[in-house]
Amino acid sequence: MNAWRIARLVAGKDLRIEWHSRVLTNQVLPFAGVTMVIFAFALDSDAVLQRVAPGLVWLATMFSLLVLVQRTFAVETDDGALDALRVAGVDPRAIFLGKATGLFVQLIVLEIVLLFAAVVLYGQTVPIGGVVLLVTTAISATCGLAAVGTLYGGLAAGFRGRETLLPLLTLPAVAPVLIGATRAVEAALGTAGAVVSDGWSWVGLLCVFAVAFGVGGSLAFGPLIDE
Amino acid sequence: MEDAGFIIGGYVLTFATVALMAWRYVRSGRKLGERVPDEEKYWL
Amino acid sequence: MTTTDPRPTSEPTDARPARRGTGTRGTRVVGIAAIIAMVWLVAFGLGFSPEDRDQRESVRLLYVHVPTIWLAYLAFVVTAIGSGMYLFTKKKSLGWDRLAGASAEIGTVFVAVTLVVGALWGRLTWGVFWQWDARLTTTALLFVTYVGYLAVRRLGGTHEQRARRSSVIGLIAVLEIPLVHWSVRLWRSLHQEATVLDTDGDVDMDGLMLFSLFVGVIAFSLLYVWLVMHRTRAMAMEDLLDDHGLDEALAARRAEDDTLSATPEPAVDPKGAS
Repeated sequence: MNAWRIARLVAGKDLRIEWHSRVLTNQVLPFAGVTMVIFAFALDSDAVLQRVAPGLVWLATMFSLLVLVQRTFAVETDDGALDALRVAGVDPRAIFLGKATGLFVQLIVLEIVLLFAAVVLYGQTVPIGGVVLLVTTAISATCGLAAVGTLYGGLAAGFRGRETLLPLLTLPAVAPVLIGATRAVEAALGTAGAVVSDGWSWVGLLCVFAVAFGVGGSLAFGPLIDE
Repeated sequence: MEDAGFIIGGYVLTFATVALMAWRYVRSGRKLGERVPDEEKYWL
Repeated sequence: MTTTDPRPTSEPTDARPARRGTGTRGTRVVGIAAIIAMVWLVAFGLGFSPEDRDQRESVRLLYVHVPTIWLAYLAFVVTAIGSGMYLFTKKKSLGWDRLAGASAEIGTVFVAVTLVVGALWGRLTWGVFWQWDARLTTTALLFVTYVGYLAVRRLGGTHEQRARRSSVIGLIAVLEIPLVHWSVRLWRSLHQEATVLDTDGDVDMDGLMLFSLFVGVIAFSLLYVWLVMHRTRAMAMEDLLDDHGLDEALAARRAEDDTLSATPEPAVDPKGAS
């Protein structure tokens, strides 16, 4: 069993569980949608909403990330599945990759839905010229988010009271993603006079972040779940 | 000169924190030290 | 027993009959040096150093503000080193983990002090307590990151579990911080025109001012060493007490205390509260 195969199996398992339980569609997406709506209550100005829409989308993504991560690891710890995998000698890097991939897929689905919500609720338009940037941003940002989420989720999984630790650890760590992804999307959408070319340096940052946490996370994951 | 208030305040805050930390660390060190046999103290 | 000191010692002990704490000759030396340096710092910072051309008297706050953040950086570097040493050495000595933890505690407190004193300085120089510039934003995130580190240390479990978790988080933090700094810098560089006040422009310091700053850095470095020595030793005792339980320590103490009047209950609280 090589690592890639294991990763694929783990990811497939997570996605199949998700498909059957529909937590993403029944709980997380509505949660994200509600967040988008209550932002409008808080900000109370169409002009402001239009201006900050990219940021709000990523904020909603961040909050939903926390919920998704809790979920993806609750699935493991409820039956001691993670421990069983470790005891069986499975390479933790493969587990990390698998869970991160499952998380990645769910996040992408979430982001697509949020994009549509932003178009509808916040009056956003996607210029053709910005599509490539938009997609690249989403992919690179989500890789980073998935990596961070899997890493800290692994730490916070299990005992009660550790889950409240997850937001505290995760949000500062994903600050660069929030900054970079928002700026890049603003560039893609032409918000506040940003141009598409502005966005690519932010994508660079997002890629560095994704690689750093992807590699670092896979190395760190082993010791963290070895309890 | 309101400035002086802020400046003095900054110094007071800093040194008060230093003093508080110092006092707490020494005190907890003493209290713990009473409960732990001297042989186990690697610094002695 | 004719002596209250269980160790037959030929070295002169100080007159204290009680059990030793975390102080040693080493800490005393460092501590006294730190106090002297602090006195110098106050003398130079508040007294001898001149006012700045642009900032006038408010520059005096820098003489404590910069040393406190310096101390924090020093502390977090040591935390990273301790974390790395714990993870990557064969022996996996918990001493490294305790060093990392003690250092992070100290660092976190001083980041908080830095932020508050910085806000005071900002109020004087810029007119505002806070600005979303690169340095402040990164420092705020630095604070939160290490609060998270300290929270991870308190998750419970065995000392080895704590050590493993914390050392991973400690090293991840060292990875995070440059990423955060870089992204915030890039972000705030977009807003050049917005900041009237040049927050990046360090004060152009003349000799005496630089010297005062230097004294501050030395003083706080000595302070750091003193604090971390005490805290690491205290943590070692905490871990010991966890491991052996209270009983053993009490039993050892009772053995010395049999010269005292025969009170049946442990003489922890003579008022006999139960």
